[in-house]
Amino acid sequence: MIQCKTSKEIGGMGHSMKRKEDDRFIHGKGNYTDDVKLPGTLYMDIVRSPYAYAKIKNIDSSEALKIPGVLAVITGKDLEQYNLHWMPTLMSDTQMVLPVDTVMYQAQEVAAIIATEKYIARDAREAVRVEYEVMKPVVDPFKALDADAPVLRTDKPDKKDNHIWHWEVGQKEETEKIFEEAEVTVKEQMHIPRIHVASIETCGCVASYDKVDNYLTMYMTTQAPHAIRTVFALVAGHVGLTEEKIRVISPDIGGGFGGKVPVYPGYVIAIAASFLIGKPVKWIEDRSENLQADSFARDYHITAELAGTKDGKILATRMKVLADHGYTDASANPSKFPTGMFSIGTGSYDYPNAFMEADAVYTNKPPGGVAYRCSFRVTEAVHAIERITDRFALEIGKDPAALRFQNFIKKEQFPYHSPTGWEYDSGDYEAGLKLAMKGVDYDNLRIEQAEKRKKGELMGIGLSTFTEIVGAGPSKDFDILGIKMFDSAEIRVHPTGKAIARFGTKSQGQGHETTYAQIIAEELGIPAKDIQIEEGDTDTAPYGLGTYASRSTPTAGAAAVMAARKLRDKAKKIAAYLLEVSEDDLEWEPGKFSVKGAPEKSKTIQEIVFASYTNHPQGMEAGFEATHYYDPPNLTFPSGAYICVVDIDSDTFEIKVRRFVAIDDAGHIINPMIAQGQVHGGLTQGIAPAMYEELIYDDDGNILNGTLMDYLVPTAVESPSWETGHTVTPSPHHPIGAKGIGESPTVGAPPAIANAIVDALKPYGITHLDIPITPYKIFKALKEKGVLDKNIVES
Amino acid sequence: MKKEITLKINGEEFTKEVEPRTLLVHFIREDIGMTGTHIGCDTSSCGACTILIDGKSAKSCTILAVQAAGKEITTVEGIATTEGAHPIQEGFKENHGLHCGFCTPGMMLRAIELLEKNPDPTEEEIRWGISGNLCRCTGYNNIVKSIKYAGAKLRGDELPSTEPEFVE
Amino acid sequence: MIPSTFDYTAPSSLDEALKLLHDFGDDAKILAGGHSLIPMMKLRFAEPEHLIDLNNIPGLSYLKIEGGMFKIGAMTREVETEESAEIAVHFPIFADVAKLIADPQVRNFGTLGGNLAHGDAANDQPAVMLALDASVEIAGLDGRRTVGIDDFFYGFYSTAVQEGEILTEILIPIPSGRSGNAYHKVERKVGDYATGGVAVHLEFDEQGICTKAGIGLTNVNPTPLRAVRSEAALVGTSLDDDAIASAAQYASEDCNPSSDLRGDIDYKRHIIKAVTKKMINKAKQRAFKN
Ligand SMILES: Cc1cc2nc3c(=O)[nH]c(=O)nc-3n(C[C@H](O)[C@H](O)[C@H](O)COP(=O)(O)OP(=O)(O)OC[C@H]3O[C@@H](n4cnc5c(N)ncnc54)[C@H](O)[C@@H]3O)c2cc1C
Ligand code: FES
Ligand code: FES
Repeated sequence: MIQCKTSKEIGGMGHSMKRKEDDRFIHGKGNYTDDVKLPGTLYMDIVRSPYAYAKIKNIDSSEALKIPGVLAVITGKDLEQYNLHWMPTLMSDTQMVLPVDTVMYQAQEVAAIIATEKYIARDAREAVRVEYEVMKPVVDPFKALDADAPVLRTDKPDKKDNHIWHWEVGQKEETEKIFEEAEVTVKEQMHIPRIHVASIETCGCVASYDKVDNYLTMYMTTQAPHAIRTVFALVAGHVGLTEEKIRVISPDIGGGFGGKVPVYPGYVIAIAASFLIGKPVKWIEDRSENLQADSFARDYHITAELAGTKDGKILATRMKVLADHGYTDASANPSKFPTGMFSIGTGSYDYPNAFMEADAVYTNKPPGGVAYRCSFRVTEAVHAIERITDRFALEIGKDPAALRFQNFIKKEQFPYHSPTGWEYDSGDYEAGLKLAMKGVDYDNLRIEQAEKRKKGELMGIGLSTFTEIVGAGPSKDFDILGIKMFDSAEIRVHPTGKAIARFGTKSQGQGHETTYAQIIAEELGIPAKDIQIEEGDTDTAPYGLGTYASRSTPTAGAAAVMAARKLRDKAKKIAAYLLEVSEDDLEWEPGKFSVKGAPEKSKTIQEIVFASYTNHPQGMEAGFEATHYYDPPNLTFPSGAYICVVDIDSDTFEIKVRRFVAIDDAGHIINPMIAQGQVHGGLTQGIAPAMYEELIYDDDGNILNGTLMDYLVPTAVESPSWETGHTVTPSPHHPIGAKGIGESPTVGAPPAIANAIVDALKPYGITHLDIPITPYKIFKALKEKGVLDKNIVES
Repeated sequence: MKKEITLKINGEEFTKEVEPRTLLVHFIREDIGMTGTHIGCDTSSCGACTILIDGKSAKSCTILAVQAAGKEITTVEGIATTEGAHPIQEGFKENHGLHCGFCTPGMMLRAIELLEKNPDPTEEEIRWGISGNLCRCTGYNNIVKSIKYAGAKLRGDELPSTEPEFVE
Repeated sequence: MIPSTFDYTAPSSLDEALKLLHDFGDDAKILAGGHSLIPMMKLRFAEPEHLIDLNNIPGLSYLKIEGGMFKIGAMTREVETEESAEIAVHFPIFADVAKLIADPQVRNFGTLGGNLAHGDAANDQPAVMLALDASVEIAGLDGRRTVGIDDFFYGFYSTAVQEGEILTEILIPIPSGRSGNAYHKVERKVGDYATGGVAVHLEFDEQGICTKAGIGLTNVNPTPLRAVRSEAALVGTSLDDDAIASAAQYASEDCNPSSDLRGDIDYKRHIIKAVTKKMINKAKQRAFKN
């Protein structure tokens, strides 16, 4: 049970308060980017490349321009005149806004049409004739490194190959030695495939440039409005759009999951068009454009190895990654972490040694490298570690739960220093796994499984006991394009005791309007319902780096606490003044200060606030406002213990997730209802890549499933009924001990599912299957093992 | 050639000229200006555009505005009554059935027809019943719970608990 | 995604519709439920110049029993066959198949006539109609004709419905004795087109010997496929395990699936074999449940 310090009326931490934002959404009054309507708006549509790699010989817009209502067809050559045809990526690489001569991936933007109506713009798109000279693309990342592979980034004069960077961490020699001498070593080659966040709202914007004021208002689907404003200023400062002349407004966002962090060419083209024409330009991409051209996630090829003893002690891990970044390195990572948080790869286990390395390559695929509801590549690491842990258990014939208990970092070992350089703040991994095992009735499931196996039925049980790493991050290590990854909160309490608070983050469904209010309510005792939360407008909100990587609660949430505490200090001074006692004689309980030993002598927070405007002590600044920029001292390390039970049809191999129990530990929980909702959602985004989703390319770089017909987002039928719970191990360095919850399940669920399926197939000698694991993949694996009915296969 | 159509949306009659190719969802969003109905795909896959046409749930991205001539359309803007929120709206709010809210209007309208036909559906029936509506945020558990709650409310039964349940 | 421009007419009688079709010829397309056609028009895979909407024509949507036949009007929506208690008496297969076609919203609009007339082997109703040995009535300016289902599917998007014609009715013989039927498809997720689907209809005599067997396969052949050898393997037997095994084996051998994202040829044959067996058993069970 979660204990609350505040009354339900105040609604501080621990209350399952109903969400304040919901009323507008359930009445259809949400205001998403496509709902923004400005007078005189023009519409943009984009001509895209049908080829993965081609020279543009000619773009003929004459037919398109003849269509009434078509105002302009913008090409890379047009943008080149203003030096707007290139932009920086978040990893300081470069990316075309529109190509001048070469397209580098299928669905790349080639030209933009500006018209008076959406329908006309679409007609014009069909009328633009582009002549291409098709070239043989580099699709396979392994082949990209071949000596005879064509060098793709010919725009970089020094580039002689397709290699982007090499990265490594850990104890190389020691690890090698352990592997040479270990009793047991296991190894699997894994691919964590390219996937797409596919938020139900696609990306888009309304760029509205006012020529008279030289002022750009940009409504757009962004998770990080301030950072985006800075990027725009970097791209367009030289044409006069400097940062104070740009206002980015991120209205309601229909899901982000990392896909709305990057700057896409469409945004920049819309700005350029509005700048040139002087009218608002709206661009809303189609789903197919969204899936085919916007940032992907994952796409790591991992060789994972583990060395241990025969009785199950883990000694070392070694991981080698080949990262397919597509045409440019546009990963949304903190600058100093080209593989993001992949180096968490020793997980929840007490590894004496580890070595991890990665190489990234260019290919003719869309750029990206966004989160898909996770903290910078932690999912790839967790998948590899949880899979290889199970592989090890299988090798030595030990129960995977027992093996995990044997190797967990113990509660007493925190703060724990991992061999790859992280300091884990806190954790109690045993408690989580015990609760999960009890919840799912693990021992009986194993008995049931043994009986089913005798009958040839396929049932599997899979575990995942992972550690997340979120809340980026401490400014000494974490920045994006040089901007440190702090976040901010500003609280203003009005004379009547009601408040508005503004943040540098941006909710995309996480419920900030409720949870931030609850945090402030907890600290100040002002009822959460009286606190309005505002985000997403760079003209009003304090600077912040945005919402992704589960960073909002760890950073902006902490900023709110700190700002509120500044106000409480002030409140105490005012209360002492009003009650004519010394500050030391005062006692705080949520919502009021009272005199120690004389509780009838008290002042409520509302009275104190009113006094701050009407009757404040001489010499004190009037008003009741505070701002805080919070620079976290460390990351936070949420963890989870997940158990999945699957049944597989032994004829058709259709997979049914029978049960899934998820125990999370995110420290103190602000709103259990919202936290649980986040877990449910994250779990469905965990089953998605585990069993359904993958962006598939053919040898010519054509995407084969660029619509929701074939990119298989799970429905309510695929998604099982999730069972969730929690243990609470507060973060010692976070002001309210919270760790961040929204993404853990997406990180932890895929290996639990994969482990369960592989466990079901254990009798057939299958040791690994790459996700997404489909009935078809199981069929192929069994066929390869020669266990299928010969008849059919040979017919 | 534009065609004149007359139809009712949320009880109000509209007469407009439209191109035959105008999709109903664009008509509602752009010509009428009600933006609660959303667009999430181009292949009739996501259900974000779901409305009711003469009480039947429909993907308004796969229907022409001209086909709606003479029909009664209900969108999310039209389900609350003067007494307040529709039970389905209350269900979604009380049970945390939405995160970003983008799928929510379509989800609720689909649920209204579902409950009309099957006032006390099982979890399985609800899941199949909303299989044409994708939600990327919620993981569906609480959507199921919201629809159950609305069912109880519409039937006049005792309302189920809205507290989250945890594995203890 | 937005269709290219076209003209639209919604005639109020079948004759009027046929005349319009005749006048516009090749440039016109019929709009029934629109749930195959409009998605294709949005992608601009189909760009008809005229759409002739059948939705305002009365009398094309019904389920009725007449002269030993179950008759389904062409404009009957999937949802109606899914929910009809009347149809479920003899044909529980319609509840099976409808549940697996797309989703409830699509089924509110998609019509039985359109599902067949679309001529897509990935659609599910064609296999069901093959199993049930249906026939269809087609109207033209010159009158009406009836075409057996085996002569209906010509090729990819091509059927016996010729230019200027409209499919008006589907006729299914009502079994007199003991019978059972069932449909299942393997799909990647709910609402997906079939990786492979199997419709089975069985009739039995008093002694429990199979007198008639209909087996139709979905999406494993360029056109909807009747599994002829499988049917023959069942008729005259009491559906012992051997007979069922051979029927399943024949179905897997006689289909011609192509390799795509849903799976390779071997996998699809495997699926067909497994599902054929399951559906024969299920149809049999239904036949003998009372
Ligand atoms: C997301 C989605 C998923 C789907 N999944 C499935 C599935 O799993 N299984 C499945 O079977 N179907 C599926 N469908 C297709 C759906 O069932 C269609 O409704 C059906 O194929 C066509 O019926 P319709 O009435 O909508 O026809 P329309 O789209 O109106 O017409 C289809 C074609 O048939 C012609 N036509 C229609 N009626 C007649 C007539 N009476 N006489 C002559 N020609 C006619 C039209 O001119 C057109 O060429 C799916 C559709 C969608 C949008
Ligand atoms: S917008 Fe996706 S189904 Fe209509
Ligand atoms: S709440 Fe975001 S898509 Fe459903």
